[in-house]
Amino acid sequence: MLKAHQLTAVRGDRRLFTQLSFSVAAGELLYVRGVNGSGKTTLLRMLAGLTQPAEGGIQWDGRPIGVNDDRFCGDVFYLGHRAAIKDDLDAVENLGFSATLAGQSISRAVARKALSAMGLSDHDDLPARVLSQGQRRRVALARLLNSEARLWILDEPFTALDTVAIDHLQASIHEHLGRGGVVVLTTHQRVEFDSVASRELQVGRI
Amino acid sequence: MSTSMLATLNCVLQREVKLAARRLPDVMTTLFFFVIVVSLFPLGVSPETGILRTIAPGVVWVAALLASMLALGRLFGEDYRDGTLEQLLLAPQPLSLLVLIKILSHWLVTGAPLVLMSPLLGLQFGLQGEALGVLVVTLLLGTPALSLVGAVGAALTLGLRGGGVLLSLLILPLYVPVLIFGAGAVEAVASGLGASGHISLLAAFSVLALCGAPWVTAAALRISLD
Repeated sequence: MLKAHQLTAVRGDRRLFTQLSFSVAAGELLYVRGVNGSGKTTLLRMLAGLTQPAEGGIQWDGRPIGVNDDRFCGDVFYLGHRAAIKDDLDAVENLGFSATLAGQSISRAVARKALSAMGLSDHDDLPARVLSQGQRRRVALARLLNSEARLWILDEPFTALDTVAIDHLQASIHEHLGRGGVVVLTTHQRVEFDSVASRELQVGRI
Repeated sequence: MSTSMLATLNCVLQREVKLAARRLPDVMTTLFFFVIVVSLFPLGVSPETGILRTIAPGVVWVAALLASMLALGRLFGEDYRDGTLEQLLLAPQPLSLLVLIKILSHWLVTGAPLVLMSPLLGLQFGLQGEALGVLVVTLLLGTPALSLVGAVGAALTLGLRGGGVLLSLLILPLYVPVLIFGAGAVEAVASGLGASGHISLLAAFSVLALCGAPWVTAAALRISLD
């Protein structure tokens, strides 16, 4: 499904990684590992089409990806370090907007349900500014529950989450893989993905 | 459930307006800046009606340029910092359309109030009748062009240190045609000539900006976020 061919990333005049090739099949998880500054985020942004590789190419479903490509954009869910949560909107509004932007509008009721599944039922009418870091993260992750995207690219998704939310997210990832989706993620936390088909990718020097 | 493009664009517009409504003080600063800059001139130059009437078009227009530039930092700045811009880039809808909607909503909350306020300021400068009407019409035609052209600069200077100053250096020269035709139209009416030539050229410039700016801005955003 997802294929990368001889990727090279250059940031400034530093080469982060060179000649990186891998492929991920449907139902597989790609666990990107590496020390801080090794280029994990750059790689994930490349896979989402946000950053252009200096060399090499990426294919999704046998077609080269591009940010101008509607079909690819409808297929990908990207969660970066910045969670795209607006301080002045409440959780339901935030979730509703990001879902609509991704091409699938959800009703307020569905949004509330997703938020309460993420453990935010008491806080979904508060402006996001008063939510904690972990709660904001949960609002962003609640979008996964109704997402039709087949490729999930998650940059440090477990950051600031408590153990309950981590379990929850893991369950979502398992379910997504079970449906034949693809997940690419990085994390520094000790999270086990034993029961799923996963492969590891080491970026940069060990 | 898949959303039609129109629904998405409507959703973006509604959200921008909602955000502006919840942050009213931010929006009001642009308007107050406009009013104060214009009001300084009678104090600094001369309170004599003849002189005021002569300088009125230029003063109101220059103040409108500065006010609309002051607001440009907010067009993409916050979306850039909180990650919303990345999501806009990844949306299945064409980025240039999303950008156009963002510019439109930006104009609604920053440009449109200037247009509504301008007759009052024109009266303060002794403009009357037709000249006052033409001032409003030119601002109505010209301020969208300011937002459109400014968006290109705002996208290019995104995330740069000292981006605000760079933005002014980049954008103010591009505002010159709008200023010339906008202020020129009011002067032409005041001196008894027709304003239609100026207004046509101003409208042409706005249409040109409408056709080109969203695409250029979208490309600039992609570069800024690379």
